[in-house]
Amino acid sequence: METKNVMIVGVGGQGSLLASRVLGRLLIDAGMDVKVSEVHGMSQRGGSVVTYVRYGDKVYSPIVDRGEADFIVSFELLEAARNLPYLKKDGQIVTNIQKIDPMPVITGAAQYPEDLVEKMKKKGVKVDAMDCLSLAKEAGSIKAVNMVLMGRLSHYFGQPEEAWMKALEATVPEKFIELNKKAFALGRNAG
Amino acid sequence: MSEKKLMLGNAAVARGLYEAGVCFVSSYPGTPSTEVTEEAAKYDEITCEWAPNEKVAMESAFGACLAGKRSFCGQKHVGLNVAADPLYTMSYTGVNAGMVIVVADDPGMHSSQNEQDSRHHAIAAKVPMLEPSDSEEAYEFAKLAYEISEKYDTPVILKMCTRVAHSQSLVEVGKREVPEKKYEKNIAKYVMTPGNAIKRHPLVEKRTLDLIEFAENSPVNRIEKGTGNIGIITSSTSYQYVKEVFGDSVSVLKLGMVNPLPVRLIENFADTVDELFVVEELDPIIENYVKTLGIKVSGKEKLSLLGEFSQNMVAEAFGQEVPEGVSLDDDIPVRPPIMCAGCPHRGMFYTLKKLGCTVLGDIGCYTLGAAPPLGAMEMTLCMGASIGAAHGFNKVLGEESSHRTVAVIGDSTFMHSGMTGLANVAYNQSDSVVIILDNSITGMTGHQQNPTTGYNIKGEPAGKIDLVALVRAMGFENVRVVDPYDLKTCEKVVSEELEAAGPSVIISRRPCALLKNVKLHAPLTVDESKCIGCQSCMKVGCPAVSMREVDGKKKAHIDETLCVGCNVCSKLCPVDAFSGVQPFEPIPTAEYI
Repeated sequence: METKNVMIVGVGGQGSLLASRVLGRLLIDAGMDVKVSEVHGMSQRGGSVVTYVRYGDKVYSPIVDRGEADFIVSFELLEAARNLPYLKKDGQIVTNIQKIDPMPVITGAAQYPEDLVEKMKKKGVKVDAMDCLSLAKEAGSIKAVNMVLMGRLSHYFGQPEEAWMKALEATVPEKFIELNKKAFALGRNAG
Repeated sequence: MSEKKLMLGNAAVARGLYEAGVCFVSSYPGTPSTEVTEEAAKYDEITCEWAPNEKVAMESAFGACLAGKRSFCGQKHVGLNVAADPLYTMSYTGVNAGMVIVVADDPGMHSSQNEQDSRHHAIAAKVPMLEPSDSEEAYEFAKLAYEISEKYDTPVILKMCTRVAHSQSLVEVGKREVPEKKYEKNIAKYVMTPGNAIKRHPLVEKRTLDLIEFAENSPVNRIEKGTGNIGIITSSTSYQYVKEVFGDSVSVLKLGMVNPLPVRLIENFADTVDELFVVEELDPIIENYVKTLGIKVSGKEKLSLLGEFSQNMVAEAFGQEVPEGVSLDDDIPVRPPIMCAGCPHRGMFYTLKKLGCTVLGDIGCYTLGAAPPLGAMEMTLCMGASIGAAHGFNKVLGEESSHRTVAVIGDSTFMHSGMTGLANVAYNQSDSVVIILDNSITGMTGHQQNPTTGYNIKGEPAGKIDLVALVRAMGFENVRVVDPYDLKTCEKVVSEELEAAGPSVIISRRPCALLKNVKLHAPLTVDESKCIGCQSCMKVGCPAVSMREVDGKKKAHIDETLCVGCNVCSKLCPVDAFSGVQPFEPIPTAEYI
C-alpha cells in the first residue's frame, strides 16, 4: 500500500508521545512498515509539538510534509489550525476543542482566533471536533485526553477494536490500562 | 528469526552497544543524544553513568577501553566540543578494546544553541565516522563501529541527528557477545608526550589511508542503481528524503561512512551518471570533497546550508511540484516553549526582573527566562558561560554593573562547567553575584540525575555533592540559600548580595515541579467577585494564568489542567482573590540565611 501519514499535534506535556506509540504498535501488529518521529527536549516545555506516524509497505522519510497528512489528530484547537497546511486534500482532522492560550495571547501580544472549527469547515476541511477533556475526566483523569483521541481516530481505521486494545495494553503502564481503555471507549463511541 | 521491534534510533544504538558487548558507558545528557545512555542503562550487564560533563565522560570511557572493556560515550553536537580535547589525542593513542562515541547533531535547532555540523570534528580529529539513516542502521552501525575501532585501532564516531535519534523504525535484534581483552602497559602508545606522539602521528595518517580502502569496499557505502541518468550522493535522513522523492528513478550513492570518504567508489559512481548531485544537510562536506576529486557536482546551489531538509524541500530543489495545503486567513499566534506552571525558576526570574538586574544566563530550562513577559535574561552562550561572562562584565564595568549584574546557572550546568568559572571569580576577585538555580535535576533534557542529586542513572543512591559546602570551600563567604517560591525572601537576599561588596553565591533551591516525587497541589481558583482585574498575577508569566472577560470586566482565570498550586501568582494579588492556596513543604534554607 501507498504510505499513509498521521500527524499528532498539541502542546508540550499533553501526552502525545503515548498516543503515537499506541498507534505505532497497532500498525506494526498489522504487519506494516512504520516510522514514528517524535519531539523531545526544549519544545516539550509548553511549546507546539508535532509527532509524525507514517505507515505502508515501505516508508522512507520519517516526517510528514505540507499537504501530505491523511489525518491530523490535535490535542488543542489552535494546534489543529496551525498544522492545517500539512493536511492532504480530503484529509481528516480529529481534534479536541480544548483551548490553551499560548504566551503571546496571555500577554496580550496576539489574539486567539475565534470559531476555528467553523473556519476550517468553511475551507472544505473535514473536521471531527469533540470535547476530549470532559470525556477524559469522565474516564478518571484529565491526562487521558490522548486515549480519547485515539478512540476517536479508531473510527477512521479499518483495524478491529481488539487490535487497538492489544496495542494499548502493550504500550500503556499496567496500572493505567483500565483508565486508558475507558477513555478510548468514550472517544470511540462519542458523537 | 527474531521479531522486528519498533525502536527509537537512540534505543537501537543502545541495543547495538549491548550486543557488541559494551561494558561501560559514560555520557552527559543532551538532546537529541540522551536516550542512548538512558536505554543502555536498562541493560544490567552495562555499567552506565552520567558524568559531570562530556570531557569527563569521554575520558572515563577511554579508561575503560584501555582496561580492555568495550566502552561508549554519548553527547550532543556541542557536547563534543567539550570532549574534543581528549578525542583529538585519542586519535593518536588509539584504543585497546573498542570505543565508540555518539554525537547527535540538531539541524533545525529543535533544542540547541547552534546547528554546527559534527562531521568537521571527525575530519579534524582524523577518526572514522559512521552515519546511520534509520534505527536499523543505527543498531547495525553501532555494532560495526566496534569492529572498526578494534581493527583499525581508533575511536569511532557514530553520528546521529534529531530525525534518526528520535524516530522509531523497525529493528531486528540479536544476541550479546563480549570479546575478551586484557590491559597491557604500553608507554609509547598511551603516554602522549611530544616524543611519543610524534611517532603516533604517521600511524594516524596511515590509518586514514587504510580506512579509505575500507570505505571503497564496505557495504556501508552502497550504490543503488536507478533508471535515470541522474546520480545523487547522500547520507543520513537526506537519503530517506531522496528515496521518498525519486524512488528508483535516480541512481544513489548512499554513504554510511562519512569520514574518511572513498575515492574510487565516488569516481566510478560519477562515471555512470550524466549529472551528479550531493544532498546533505548543513555544510557541503561531501560536495567539497567530490570537487577536490575533480568531479563536476552540485549541491548547495540547490539546497540550503540551514536547518533540516524534508521531502518537499528536496522535491522543490529539483524542480518538482509539491502539494500546497490549506491555510486559514487568520494569523495563528506562535506557541514558543515556556517555563512550566509551577516551575521554581519563575519566582527567581520575577525577582530579578523586578530588581532591574542584568542577567547573564546559561544552558537549561531556565534559558526560557529570556522569553516574554519575563524577558529576564540578556545572554546565553554555552554550558557554564554565565559565570565567566559575569566576571568579565563586572571586571570592565566595575561598580557601574556589579550592583545589578548576576549570573544564573542550573545545578547540573554548574557541575558541568560552572565550577571552573566560579574558581575564576574567587581567584581573580570580581564583585559578582552567582545564582545557582538548583532544581535538583537536569531538567531540559528530561530529568537526568547529576552529582548534586544523590542518585545515579539507575535511580540508586549515589554520591551527593553539597553545593553550599563546595562553594564555601572555594572561598565564598557570602553563600545564601533561598526558596524561589518565597518571593519576599528572594527579593531581600538578592538585593543584599548585590549591595554587598565582594563575590557571593545564592542558591535558589526547589525541585522541578515535574519530578515524580514532588507533591503538587490542587489548582487555585479565582474569586471573580474579589478580582479587580489589575493583572498583577500576570507578571510572573505563568501559562496557567490568563485574563478572561466576565460580564464585560477582565478577571484572572486559572487553567485547571496546568495549575499545580505553586501559589507564586497569588502572592502578587493585592485583594486576596485566589483561593485553594495550600502551603508547600518548606525547603531547608534557614540555616544558611
